[in-house]
Amino acid sequence: MRRYLSVRVMWAIPTLFGIVLAGFVLTRVLPGDPAQILVGDFPAPPGYIEEIRARYGLDQSYVEQFVAYISSLLHADLGYSFMHGQPVTRLVFQRAGRTLLIMVPALVIASVVGVFLGSAAARRQGTKWDTLITAFAITGRSVPVFWLAILLVMVFAVRLGWFPTSGMRTVGSSLTGLGAITDVFRHMVLPMATLSLAYTTVVARVARTSIVESSHEDFVDTALAKGLDDRAVHWRHVVRNSLIPVVTVIGFNFGFALTGAILTETVFGWPGVGSLLITAVTARDYPVILAVLLLAAVMVVVFNLVTDLAYVLIDPRAKVSDEA
Amino acid sequence: MKPERRRFHLNGSGWFALCFVALLVVVAVTGPALVGDPAAISRDVLQPPGSSHTLGTDHLGRDVFARMVIGTRVSLVVGVLAAAMAMLIGVTLGAVSGFVGGKTDLVLMRIAEMFQALPTLVVAIAFVALLGASLTNIVVVIAILSWAQIARVTRAEVLRIRNQDFVNAVRALGFRESTILFREIIPNAIPAVLPLIALGVAEAILQESSISFLGLGSPDTITWGLLIREGNQQILRAWWMIVFPGIAVFLTILAFNLLGDAVGRALNPKTRTEEPALAPELIAVKGGGS
Repeated sequence: MRRYLSVRVMWAIPTLFGIVLAGFVLTRVLPGDPAQILVGDFPAPPGYIEEIRARYGLDQSYVEQFVAYISSLLHADLGYSFMHGQPVTRLVFQRAGRTLLIMVPALVIASVVGVFLGSAAARRQGTKWDTLITAFAITGRSVPVFWLAILLVMVFAVRLGWFPTSGMRTVGSSLTGLGAITDVFRHMVLPMATLSLAYTTVVARVARTSIVESSHEDFVDTALAKGLDDRAVHWRHVVRNSLIPVVTVIGFNFGFALTGAILTETVFGWPGVGSLLITAVTARDYPVILAVLLLAAVMVVVFNLVTDLAYVLIDPRAKVSDEA
Repeated sequence: MKPERRRFHLNGSGWFALCFVALLVVVAVTGPALVGDPAAISRDVLQPPGSSHTLGTDHLGRDVFARMVIGTRVSLVVGVLAAAMAMLIGVTLGAVSGFVGGKTDLVLMRIAEMFQALPTLVVAIAFVALLGASLTNIVVVIAILSWAQIARVTRAEVLRIRNQDFVNAVRALGFRESTILFREIIPNAIPAVLPLIALGVAEAILQESSISFLGLGSPDTITWGLLIREGNQQILRAWWMIVFPGIAVFLTILAFNLLGDAVGRALNPKTRTEEPALAPELIAVKGGGS
């Protein structure tokens, strides 16, 4: 097992290297002065461009430039955003927190509800409950998330007025303490609901397929023959053995968490990484674009590793082969 | 081997999907000739659906239905071209990977895994932002981001087929390896990939509409995503600008998804009788792009 994991970690290194290289190449193949691109389309103070040129070794060979680039990454230096007037690293981390604020609860809700729905459908295979849940899952796969988000705004914010239409805090309010927390929570509900709905359908679909599949395995007959009741067999044997694809999906989407809410954040004006990226793109704020791209890729690599680890915890076979 | 046609039974949703796709093609081909000028502005601004404008008008008095009809063509063309390109790349690399094996296989599959792990929408946005938002660029980036799954399925099929008796027979006849790969193995591996093509069209249409919705699409091109974007700016006044284009995107993606499922079920005899329509590896696990 340890060997398996170290192989996975080893593979993550070339992947990360490839991502960094891709980011580096992108800034160099773009038309225009790379120094200006690293600054972005903003009037920078005189001398700053020269400073960038020197720091990234832009007058030296590509190899030396790449080394300089890596070294600045290792110092967590992703440049300075003139649009936002602060270092990119600080900016991205601040926005990341706000994205995770809606994304993590949404993914947790989706995982629990999705497994529950998928399992309910699989147990009642062929009944109208199954049809209903399957239809919900197929519909969910086909609805554009941004459209779903707008519909929720139309109904619950514009028509019913239960929740604010956008933003994270009420503009101009001077709430403190519990009042401020409630205010943020009221703003969170709709974006969180959108994301939960979107991810629940994915999890439910995968869970159902996987549970139906393992309910035909021999160990189910064995467990039933031992005299265990239906419910115990279903949860302890069937569901547990079907969790691997489900964990893959959930792990995958945690990996995408930081940038998985671009459309939702845009609709709700939620100040997270996704809307940061969109403003950066429209304003040609290149350092921010590259930073988000890099961060997104790193997250994916890290969470793939975490997902691999989770397999070992869930899959009884993995444990056996470890002891052997 | 029995001819494929005899095994090909579409179920109810499969037929719905096929008919809807056919309708879309008709609209895309003939529609622009039948509806009025989608860019014609008029004094009838923000008219709700009614007799003069079936689906209402937008903030510049343009006919929403006419604009949706024009948008159909873009969605279909982007979807089909991107899926076709992804198939070309995926089938070629997957077949080579499975057929050649060894280090080539290892490296190609690692690359495929890397591509599958990319957050699709982020990369597409960055690509379009950095290299320009032409329709060609959008098609190319969607294809680049979606070939990997096709390659993996093709590879698995090639591995299954390459040691079957009929392949050995052809080899014994002294045909060249490349002939065996392109004439015998790849044609037999294609059926397994077909459902992925339909699902790929659905995915591509979703990606394109997302990019246009974000306002990063090809400028001056009327797309469904752009219509929803414009609708969102009139959210307090014109529900029809949001609801109808959204239904068009939704039904189109639904139709291609159902078509993919139905084709998968029809071509794969093992899963035909059981409910799970698709082998797990065919299920897109990414909820990416929310």
